[in-house]
Amino acid sequence: MTEFRVENLTVMRGSARVLDRACLHLHPGEFVGLIGPNGAGKSTLLRAALGLVAAQGFSSLARLAPAARARTSAWLPQAREIAWPMPVIDLVALAQNGRRDAPQVRAALKRMDIAHLAQRPATALSGGEQARVLMARALAQDTPILLADEPIAGLDPAHQITCMNHCAARAAEGRTVLASLHDLGLAARYCARLVVVHEGRIVADGAPAKVLTPALLRDVFAIHCHIAQAEGGLIVQPLDALSSSAAKESCHVPR
Amino acid sequence: MTRPWLLGVLAGAMGALFVISLLTGVADPGVATSLKALVLGGEGPLDIVMREIRLPRALLAVMVGASLGLAGAAMQGLLRNPLAEPGVIGISASAALGAVLALQTGLAAMVPLALPGAALLGALLGVGAILFLAGSGGGTLGLILAGIALSALASALTALVLNLSPNPFAAHDIVFWMMGSLADTSFTQVAIAAPVMALGWVLLGRSGRGLEALTLGEDTAASMGVNLARLRLAIVLGTAAAVGAATAVAGTVGFVGLVVPHVLRPWVGAHPGRLLPAAALGGAVLVLAADIAVRRILPGQDLKLGVLMALVGAPVFFHLIWRMRGRP
Repeated sequence: MTEFRVENLTVMRGSARVLDRACLHLHPGEFVGLIGPNGAGKSTLLRAALGLVAAQGFSSLARLAPAARARTSAWLPQAREIAWPMPVIDLVALAQNGRRDAPQVRAALKRMDIAHLAQRPATALSGGEQARVLMARALAQDTPILLADEPIAGLDPAHQITCMNHCAARAAEGRTVLASLHDLGLAARYCARLVVVHEGRIVADGAPAKVLTPALLRDVFAIHCHIAQAEGGLIVQPLDALSSSAAKESCHVPR
Repeated sequence: MTRPWLLGVLAGAMGALFVISLLTGVADPGVATSLKALVLGGEGPLDIVMREIRLPRALLAVMVGASLGLAGAAMQGLLRNPLAEPGVIGISASAALGAVLALQTGLAAMVPLALPGAALLGALLGVGAILFLAGSGGGTLGLILAGIALSALASALTALVLNLSPNPFAAHDIVFWMMGSLADTSFTQVAIAAPVMALGWVLLGRSGRGLEALTLGEDTAASMGVNLARLRLAIVLGTAAAVGAATAVAGTVGFVGLVVPHVLRPWVGAHPGRLLPAAALGGAVLVLAADIAVRRILPGQDLKLGVLMALVGAPVFFHLIWRMRGRP
């Protein structure tokens, strides 16, 4: 019921395979980062797993009835859509059938640091604040599984870190969090496990130190990075982008 | 902010205007005499005026207004766009085309419910065309362009039917009918419209929860357990039934679904679900008020309800466009 498992998940767009036989099994307690360049298929993988896009193969969430799926998994899409100038608290409370006084709603407002904005119309907030409102809405759904598509894009550094901390804390409570991320540094530091998507395929899956090798960063991301250990975690700092022809050659990676 | 007393105030205003509507007309024998004739009956023409002419007229104003207000609020919630309104995007024109076809072919005279049925079918095709052309993503440009195209097509086909009409007097009648009016209505129209409208109200009234979730976009709404296909179908059918029946009995009365949700939205905290009952009551209030106004402003002239409504509604439309400039 609360497991996340996809097997041989394939999504076709026209004749192109935008997702190619993806297999992924997440366990409760894991905060997993989904990384890959633009257009690699991260969002497609998440949406197909939720049954929001037609796919072949197996997905434990997509086969649930809509109501059961809503109790099992919360979803934060990449497109940040707020159609009407509703008060922030009411938007977050949508996750609890509109109950403003639900403890999950109060907790989510506090966690995303938007309690002081609760009565403001959400459309009047800045982009980063709106992103936090929508993340709070997903948290307030209080589900065992959270799927988030670029939850920290557009946040300031402090809120990026708090958001990553909350995802890690939720995982520590025994839930599953799968978030697509573009910040490799934060992904390496906060996720216990990284899944790399490239050209529609899952090409690597494991602990950050094992996954983020110079070769993978070169072949998948076409960048070279400074990789080090500090303050009890991995540090990955992109230094330079490689042209695609240069990426084929062996390149210098500072240690 | 949400005002819990809003629905009470709107219902009170509706009741007051309903009574004023009953007391408005050419014959004016005094409030007490009129109401006594209505409730207790009596002899003579006043009894007939009150029971057979003014009561159905006031009832239809409430029904038509509630239908148009509710349909406007639901379409706006579904398309996530405050410009989505049956009159503006051509659904009323499509319904009118259906009604004109039923009238011109004589079908309306032969088959009971053929008139609202044809209008409903026209409205259904109209809503379907809008969803097909504009998509359900909420883009203003696509919606307005689709609305212009649909309005133009429906108007052209209506003009064609009138153009080819063998009877110029019938065509003249229909042109006036299409301007939208509640004059010369009877309980026959109430009976024709009521079942179809009731169907529409039920379908639209139950869509509140889905529309609330849709505030966050289709993906999020689906992930929150909303069945989008069913929601879309309910609103398409509900809007078609409500607008189709309203058009069948009152002609094209535009802008109610634009003005009412626009005015009431701030009072319900912009909740698309809470807006539904408020917009239904607000629509009834607006149409009752307008129908009283057309009788008071030019008592002998038969000022058309639809004409007055367009004069009130078009500036609101301009205002909305003005505010939305520069947004995608």
